[in-house]
Amino acid sequence: MDLTRNHFELFGLPAAYALDRDRLDTAYRELQAAVHPDRFAAKPESEQRVAMQWATQVNEAYQTLRHPVNRGVYLLSLQGIDALHAGNTRMAPAFLMQQMEWREAIDEARAGKSVAALDALTDDLRATHRRIEAQLGDLIDRAHDFEAATEAVRQLRFMDKLIAEVGDVYEELES
Amino acid sequence: MALLQISEPGLSTAPHQHRLAVGIDLGTTNSLVATVRSGLAVVLDDEAGRSLLPSVVRYHPDGKVDVGYTAQSAQNADPHNTVVSVKRFMGRGIADIDDIASLPYRFVDAPGMVQLKTAAGVKSPVEVSAEILRVLRQRAEAAMGGELVGAVITVPAYFDDAQRQATKDAAQLAGLNVLRLLNEPTAAAIAYGLDNGSEGVYAVYDLGGGTFDISILKLSKGVFEVLATNGDSALGGDDFDQRIFCWMLEQGRFAPLSAGDARLLLTKARDAKEALTEHTEVRVTAVLSTGEMMDATLTQAEFNKMTASLVSKTLAPTRKALRDAGLSADEVKGVVMVGGSTRMPCIRQAVADFFKQTPLTNLDPDKVVALGAATQADVLAGNRGGEDWLLLDVIPLSLGLETMGGLTEKVIPRNTTIPTARAQDFTTFKDGQTAMSVHVLQGERELAADCRSLARFELRGIPPMVAGAARIRVTFQVDADGLLSVSAREQSSGVEASVQVKPSYGLGDEEITRMLKDAFTHAKGDMYARALNEQIVDAQGLIAATRAALAEDGALLNAEETAAIEASIADLEKLLAGTDHQAIKRGVEALNAATTEFAQRRMDQNVRRAMAGQKLETFG
Repeated sequence: MDLTRNHFELFGLPAAYALDRDRLDTAYRELQAAVHPDRFAAKPESEQRVAMQWATQVNEAYQTLRHPVNRGVYLLSLQGIDALHAGNTRMAPAFLMQQMEWREAIDEARAGKSVAALDALTDDLRATHRRIEAQLGDLIDRAHDFEAATEAVRQLRFMDKLIAEVGDVYEELES
Repeated sequence: MALLQISEPGLSTAPHQHRLAVGIDLGTTNSLVATVRSGLAVVLDDEAGRSLLPSVVRYHPDGKVDVGYTAQSAQNADPHNTVVSVKRFMGRGIADIDDIASLPYRFVDAPGMVQLKTAAGVKSPVEVSAEILRVLRQRAEAAMGGELVGAVITVPAYFDDAQRQATKDAAQLAGLNVLRLLNEPTAAAIAYGLDNGSEGVYAVYDLGGGTFDISILKLSKGVFEVLATNGDSALGGDDFDQRIFCWMLEQGRFAPLSAGDARLLLTKARDAKEALTEHTEVRVTAVLSTGEMMDATLTQAEFNKMTASLVSKTLAPTRKALRDAGLSADEVKGVVMVGGSTRMPCIRQAVADFFKQTPLTNLDPDKVVALGAATQADVLAGNRGGEDWLLLDVIPLSLGLETMGGLTEKVIPRNTTIPTARAQDFTTFKDGQTAMSVHVLQGERELAADCRSLARFELRGIPPMVAGAARIRVTFQVDADGLLSVSAREQSSGVEASVQVKPSYGLGDEEITRMLKDAFTHAKGDMYARALNEQIVDAQGLIAATRAALAEDGALLNAEETAAIEASIADLEKLLAGTDHQAIKRGVEALNAATTEFAQRRMDQNVRRAMAGQKLETFG
């Protein structure tokens, strides 16, 4: 297996944060159609094994590129930056304040058993998520400001966690 | 999709040679076998023209085994030795079985999986399931006139690793070559022919006898992509029977029941439930062996009330699956109903209300899974050309490890597309620590104790270092059957350990071998002759496939490499003239090893072709 190829090269895409999602999806399907173990179920074991390795790699690459945080982390890693390194905790105070407010809002919705409040919060979180994504694309693709991009990636990860927490509260309220 | 034909040249299959493959729905209540004939998926019937095989196995003191209707008719008379709904015990320990008190079996608390004491000895659920599979295999071989090259066996999408492994073990025990374990909702999606021009998001709601699955699939351009799956592997029609059973106990005010009477009432409960599908009320009568009687009327309204909590127990996983897929109910284009329990009007109504649309019920909910499995088996056996579709399925439950303090660290989150692999680095806790215990878990809970324990193994021989200095990389690999294997490696020293995740809930290879021996003492076939025969067929297939690959892609090898593979083929052919099946097995392994590099180059070529086509498509 050619492991020197990076995920973007694998799908024939430019190494950029801005993503042509249709092109990624099409390339993913074409590649899986060529390498998936289901294509080799009647073939010798050596081919089945290679198929599993390839399909695993293609899945990993696809999940990395299609996910906004993972794609950012991956692009930064190609620049030699470990964006999620544990020692890296710099975060703008305004963002931290905003975070605390969101957490309070989640707690209030939970205490008040308010699905409407959760819905509103979800909309708000998703809008912020999209805004940071746009910023991140700009920082990586145009400004090449990888330090600022690293902070944006970590902010985006915080947003994912908040959205997941809201999901947990939905579950709690439903059960 | 002409490009698929390029990458899938149908190597080992001559045009006249149709490889016999089946799909098997190993159900809680009933099991079925189906195959593709002249391009059409059909369920194979028994001699009496019946397609369903009741998943009931009766053991006689002389070791004789009845499976199906004969066994079912004896379940009230011989409840201890007649196993029904064995699927509920697959890969399960005694503590996992909620209603153990009302079941007539003599359970044996074996490590990992519960076992059952019968007149013919202690039986594992794997052995009981294998009896059902063996009957279906024989039915298929009789109908199709030859040995099967393989089978696709369906499992509930929400089955965890232990339950999947147990199912695969049962198939192996029944002498079946498992082409793939396929999730039941995914099989149903294929059978519904959703690929015929259908695009968009579909939900498959599958309520069987003992399991509930909900899968959300996206269909586009011949690809079935499972976006999310959820469910409850201990919720099904049996629980609805149980509610009626409790109602009957209230009505009859019986003295404590004998096993036979309990089974009688459960059978009556099921009859009542089925009658309520067609009628608004049903009269329920029973006379026990003690002479006690009951005679009462159950209305559909009462039934709906007593089972409302069960119905809502299916909607919570449905909501979770939608949320995991990032979708709302109104984005679902169609809802496919699968499983006999979806005949209940209360279920159909609840699903219609939830998705705000009439669910699709035009295929027989009992047969749809087997038909889909047969269709996929036909593809996997290599009987089709380039018009195949592609299934991209997911793991239903997160996989992880226990860390300090009994917490779960997720390594692969639920709904990750398979096959997949993830590595996670861990370190030592104490200075000079030379061993590390790896506890593999499956589930969503934070505490390790609340997740299912899949396996434990130890990595020993770590060189002594200060705490936190060692780098232990634990790698999880999930294959296309959804089965996990785990390996651990200390990075600086290269010390390694790995497990096929079988020991704690599956069966060890020795146990499988013992069961195979047991099975063959009661069967007509000669184990050795069968093993030899299988090994020869395997070897011949491998030689043919390798020759075809050489003929097609020989240019990828230099003269020396080609000669090495040809020598390996010649060695194996020599062994085929003899009768030593172990030697033939080693020859097969040697040829497989000799072609590994060749297989990789062929795959690289496949990928290049696929990508070349992709660019053509993209840029016109």
